[in-house]
Amino acid sequence: MTDMDMSNASEKQTDFSASLKKRYAAERRFRAYGLTAIVIAVSILGILLGTISFQGTPAFFQTYVQVDVYFDEAVIDPSGARNEQTLRTANYQALAKRGLYQLFPEVSERREKRTLGKLLSSGAYRPLSTMVLDNPEIIGTTQSVWLVTSDDIDTFNKGQIDRNTVEADRRVKDNEIAWVDVLDAAGRIDMRFNTAFFATGDSREPELAGIWGAVVGSFLTLIVTLSVSFPLGVSAAVYLEEFAPKNRWTDLIEVNINNLAAVPSIVFGLLGLAVFLSFFGMPRSAPLVGGLVLALMTLPTIIIATRAALKAVPPSIREAALGVGASDLQVVTHHVLPLAMPGILTGTIIGMAQALGETAPLLMIGMVAFIVDVPSGVTDPSTVLPVQIYIWADSPERAFVAKTSAAIMVLLGFLITMNAIAVMLRKRFERRW
Amino acid sequence: MDSSVLIVTILILTLFGYWMGRSRARMLAGTEHLSVLHSLPSYHGSYVALWCGLPALLLVAAWLIFEPSLIEHIVVEAIPGARALEPAQLSLLIADIRNLTSGNIVSREIDPTLAAAGEHYNALQTISHAAMIVLTLAIAVYGLYLARKNQTRGFRARNRVEKIVRIVMVVASTIAILTTVGIILSLIFETLRFFEKVTVTEFLFGLNWSPQTALRAEQVGSSGAFGAVPIFAGTFMITGLAMIVAVPIGLLSAIYMSEYAGPKFRAVAKPMLEVLAGIPTVVYGFFAALTVAPFFRQTGEAAGLMVSSESALAAGMVMGVMIIPFVSSLSDDVMNAVPQSLRDGAYALGATQSETIKQVILPAALPGIVGAVLLATSRAIGETMIVVMAAGLAANLTANPLEAVTTVTVQIVTLLVGDQEFDSAKTLAAFALGLVLFVITLGLNMIALRVVRKYSEKYD
Repeated sequence: MTDMDMSNASEKQTDFSASLKKRYAAERRFRAYGLTAIVIAVSILGILLGTISFQGTPAFFQTYVQVDVYFDEAVIDPSGARNEQTLRTANYQALAKRGLYQLFPEVSERREKRTLGKLLSSGAYRPLSTMVLDNPEIIGTTQSVWLVTSDDIDTFNKGQIDRNTVEADRRVKDNEIAWVDVLDAAGRIDMRFNTAFFATGDSREPELAGIWGAVVGSFLTLIVTLSVSFPLGVSAAVYLEEFAPKNRWTDLIEVNINNLAAVPSIVFGLLGLAVFLSFFGMPRSAPLVGGLVLALMTLPTIIIATRAALKAVPPSIREAALGVGASDLQVVTHHVLPLAMPGILTGTIIGMAQALGETAPLLMIGMVAFIVDVPSGVTDPSTVLPVQIYIWADSPERAFVAKTSAAIMVLLGFLITMNAIAVMLRKRFERRW
Repeated sequence: MDSSVLIVTILILTLFGYWMGRSRARMLAGTEHLSVLHSLPSYHGSYVALWCGLPALLLVAAWLIFEPSLIEHIVVEAIPGARALEPAQLSLLIADIRNLTSGNIVSREIDPTLAAAGEHYNALQTISHAAMIVLTLAIAVYGLYLARKNQTRGFRARNRVEKIVRIVMVVASTIAILTTVGIILSLIFETLRFFEKVTVTEFLFGLNWSPQTALRAEQVGSSGAFGAVPIFAGTFMITGLAMIVAVPIGLLSAIYMSEYAGPKFRAVAKPMLEVLAGIPTVVYGFFAALTVAPFFRQTGEAAGLMVSSESALAAGMVMGVMIIPFVSSLSDDVMNAVPQSLRDGAYALGATQSETIKQVILPAALPGIVGAVLLATSRAIGETMIVVMAAGLAANLTANPLEAVTTVTVQIVTLLVGDQEFDSAKTLAAFALGLVLFVITLGLNMIALRVVRKYSEKYD
């Protein structure tokens, strides 16, 4: 009897160890799956950021060509009156091209000359007019000026167009390459930091397009969003958390806020289109309307964050304040709100970061227009950074790919800064009671 | 005076009112201690300031909102024969009058009637503007005067101010409701107008979608077709692809993060995953359209497959990456909420860690996980920029993820961006699609909350 028991037990023992091996293998596999999932997610993030910074970095630099421009009085100001209007609108393009032609005297045929002229950007002459306006004395002299090249030459110079491909497949032709090589050998081609990218508005020409207009538009929009959603959100949250009676009405409000937080952003765009534009007749493409739409969108975020921050303030503080004779409102404004402020600000900054990255609702209210001017007020037509990215991503010119990536880098830079401030606020000022 | 200058003037008056009310309260106290007053001087100041600024600012806001439509109405009434015009022609006429007055290009010849209307418009605008300035400033000054008259030693300024602040807070808290009502009303109104032109059954069950209505009746495809089934199918396909990516990766990362990872690993990996949710969707769209889609097409070509450059696959995969953090962080939270005693119990019975997770923790956390997946699905359905940039425009009814399909959000954007007239079926269709989107996402959220609430086990 005991013998049989013994043998049975040892049989089971062996069984057990075999299955144990299997179970441990399963354990290791499962653990590996989990780790793989995280590695996949993080590496996709790495690929995403890597490709964008790889594509975008060249756009921060721009190819310039050095041309000796003769400021011909006969072209700029034949009458010699030095009228500002004449000086501003003179044909500087011809002067710039003439300077370029002088570097290649052997090019005489008209069509070839035109191709040669296209080495320069169509807006390359602009610095010439500022030079003359700043100092009319230079008329009649020859100055050596660095001018912006066209986007094709720029991409070629950055090595993104391979000179060994068949000429027909290449946007830069053989003769252009030859000219660029000559200029390069003479030290007349240079890559410089692209300050224009940070200082100008949009343009159809990639080499002239900048993000400043979009940055200002984003800034104005966020100002409107902040000045609407912060006071409204904080007062709504204070009311719901500190004063509201528990009844159906406040329940309804709470359910509403939670649902609004989950409504797709594009639906807010439809609301803006139907209510702000059609019903109230507000201007299209204006940061004012964009800001209002984004304010409605970020309101739930701010309300929820503020309520959490208010909840974290211990009741003893309220009771102490009441005990020394403060009124209900004084308790909140003098004690609870200041203590909850770091949390509220953190939530607000996160909400603003969301608003800054939002695109879809702004497409609905017409902020997707092609706008060259930098907006100067909240009712001027303008665009915002994410929409600018969308517009550029849709443009066929190859150079816009780099511009788009560069704009994305700028946008991500802003977002990272905002989130870092939020994290810092939380770390620095958050108190655990 | 510009309206912004007017607002600034009122604000300055308000500040002045605060200062006046406060100093008057101090004067009332005289040389005695401030406690002879019922309220502190600052409350007196705020009381005067509120009376001065609030009514005037509200009036300015109302004026700016209603002025344009009112003036338009008066001007149009004055034009002979304008009432008989079609709505579309009428809006064109109004636009012309506006352009004329602001010196822009006008779409028609300037005949005497139009010129007269323009002058009329200008005159009315000048009058209204002057009236607004005079009236608001008068109200501000009168409020100041009234409030100042009320001030005595025993005046309960604090109670009055607190009452006003409370009313402001109640109004602020109803904004959320107003927004929802605004969304629902604007969507429903336009949708009803859409269903006057297209029947509900055609919209919900029709298999053909080509919203481009031609200008002339005899052109091909002039009628336009509004059967939304291909769009719904495309939306579900892309959402499904996104979930195929997001659910396994998100769930497995959440499991690893909450059960296996040490605090140091967690401190690094969790924020990294959350960064994925913080990247603007337009960036994902750019990535999908310029990096992922060409990659899939080239791989497909190498494997002998026809992959469209706007394939559902690329858009769906990238969208899946975007919603990984929604799945992972919510699931992580619910798994962390499963009490340690359940784990200890399973270990005591000899279960390995993975067996504990699969047989104890996951079932316990299931309602929360289902809720998280539903919320992520609703996010994916409503996501716009990725699909606008990476998915197709043409409505294809297909089950092949390598082909281009379109989604509800893409159609809303393409129908409403660019030139639009506010009465065509094409524009109104976008609102009908918006309503469908709103109802579906809202429904998913409600179900998700219900699932979490109803089926969650309570451990204590």
